[in-house]
Amino acid sequence: MIKVTNLKKSYGDLEVLKGLDVHIKEREVVVVIGPSGSGKSTFLRCLNLLEDFNEGEVIIDGFNLKDKNIDINKVREEVGMVFQRFNLFPHMTVLDNITLAPVKVRKWSMEKAKQKALELLVKVGLQDKAHVYPDSLSGGQAQRVAIARALAMEPKVMLFDEPTSALDPEMVGEVLAVMKQLAQEGMTMVVVTHEMGFAREVGDRVIFMDGGYIIEEGKPSEIFDNPKHERTKSFLSKVL
Amino acid sequence: MDFRFDIIAEYAPFFLKGVLLTIGLSIIAIIVGSILGLVIGLGKISSKQLVRLPFEWYINFFRGTPLFVQILLVHFGLMPMLFPQPNPIISASVSLSLNAAAYIAEIFRAGIQSIDRGQMEAARSLGMTHVQAMSYIILPQALKRMIPPFGNEFIVLIKDSSLAAIIAAPELMYWGRAAQGQYYRVWEPYLTVALIYLVLTLSLSKLLHYLERRYSAK
Ligand SMILES: Nc1ncnc2c1ncn2[C@@H]1O[C@H](COP(=O)(O)OP(=O)(O)OP(=O)(O)O)[C@@H](O)[C@H]1O
Ligand SMILES: [Mg+2]
Repeated sequence: MIKVTNLKKSYGDLEVLKGLDVHIKEREVVVVIGPSGSGKSTFLRCLNLLEDFNEGEVIIDGFNLKDKNIDINKVREEVGMVFQRFNLFPHMTVLDNITLAPVKVRKWSMEKAKQKALELLVKVGLQDKAHVYPDSLSGGQAQRVAIARALAMEPKVMLFDEPTSALDPEMVGEVLAVMKQLAQEGMTMVVVTHEMGFAREVGDRVIFMDGGYIIEEGKPSEIFDNPKHERTKSFLSKVL
Repeated sequence: MDFRFDIIAEYAPFFLKGVLLTIGLSIIAIIVGSILGLVIGLGKISSKQLVRLPFEWYINFFRGTPLFVQILLVHFGLMPMLFPQPNPIISASVSLSLNAAAYIAEIFRAGIQSIDRGQMEAARSLGMTHVQAMSYIILPQALKRMIPPFGNEFIVLIKDSSLAAIIAAPELMYWGRAAQGQYYRVWEPYLTVALIYLVLTLSLSKLLHYLERRYSAK
């Protein structure tokens, strides 16, 4: 589903990604962990070209992102993204937030989009919030709406960039529960998070990044219980 | 000092005609200026430097030179190249519009750039094109924030349109000068004209306050 080869990315002189190789299969849930500034967000944002990269190859759902002939918007239709700070559209109701892209991008009828949106709101447990504006939602509710908004496009892959880091602790659980359900339904997911419990329980694979490199990857049990690399050990000793 | 109300009475119909043209000129300039200003403002925030450059210089020129000079350039320079008989009202409309476009472009730019980057990223990550993201997500939010500076520009335009008197566009100030020239009286025509401008700008600013409150409530 996703094949990343020798991915390199710099901001000016600062090399942030120094050659990443990652293969992600369909239905796989990959959790990316690592210290602040290690390039996790940058990696994720290269997967839907929110950031352009300098070198290497990213093939996603059969599209080669460096191919000049592909329509990047077509790729993004298949790759949903959830942000740390939700980024809901504040001038629209929850329902309009969710239906906008299916109607304007996928060209669905309003009726179909609405029906899908209401289904998704039920799924994330917010069916009673369809007609409110985002500023009346709690952080946890807002993030669940953001997930529903991304899912409304029926993407094949979902990217999550620290979806619970901006939340009050008591709201983290409700968002993780939605993500866990999604994983169980077979969604292909790449999740950057500091929630090690989630990584262990839901992740099929954990990738540990540091300094722009993938230092170590493997099954959650391998990484958490038996890290091979010194840097992985010292990182885990700080966060666990 | 005696105050000759008869002059004001005699000129009242002209002042009325003049004020209508003043309002007309300002409205034309704010509308044309907004359309041009949107294009110029979007051009100025382009990521390509070569695209940005002409728009930056358009703004530099029209904000960095006196409107007075621009009106003269348009009326005596540009217009004769296009029409055999330049019409002062058209010249005034054109120069005010071009000038307003530069200021409104900056209002658009600031409004757009005040919207959190995450909004554009969220829109693009859903597969929207740049144009779709701008029109459904960024501009609707930016427009709300633009109401106060936009209203301010409208007020400036009402006052600055008085400069069109210099090319004999018969707006309010033109008639003020005409009355002054006919009777060699200063206070009556100019105070009257000043008062009319004041009424226009104050009513407009009241209206804007009302709009602002209404829109920020929602
Ligand atoms: N737009 C940018 N311009 C310049 N440097 C940037 C930019 N975005 C990120 N960086 C730098 O790139 C490096 C990696 O950033 P990135 O956001 O990918 O890290 P991260 O692993 O997601 O960290 P965190 O856990 O804090 O979110 C950091 O040193 C950061 O300062
Ligand atoms: Mg990050």
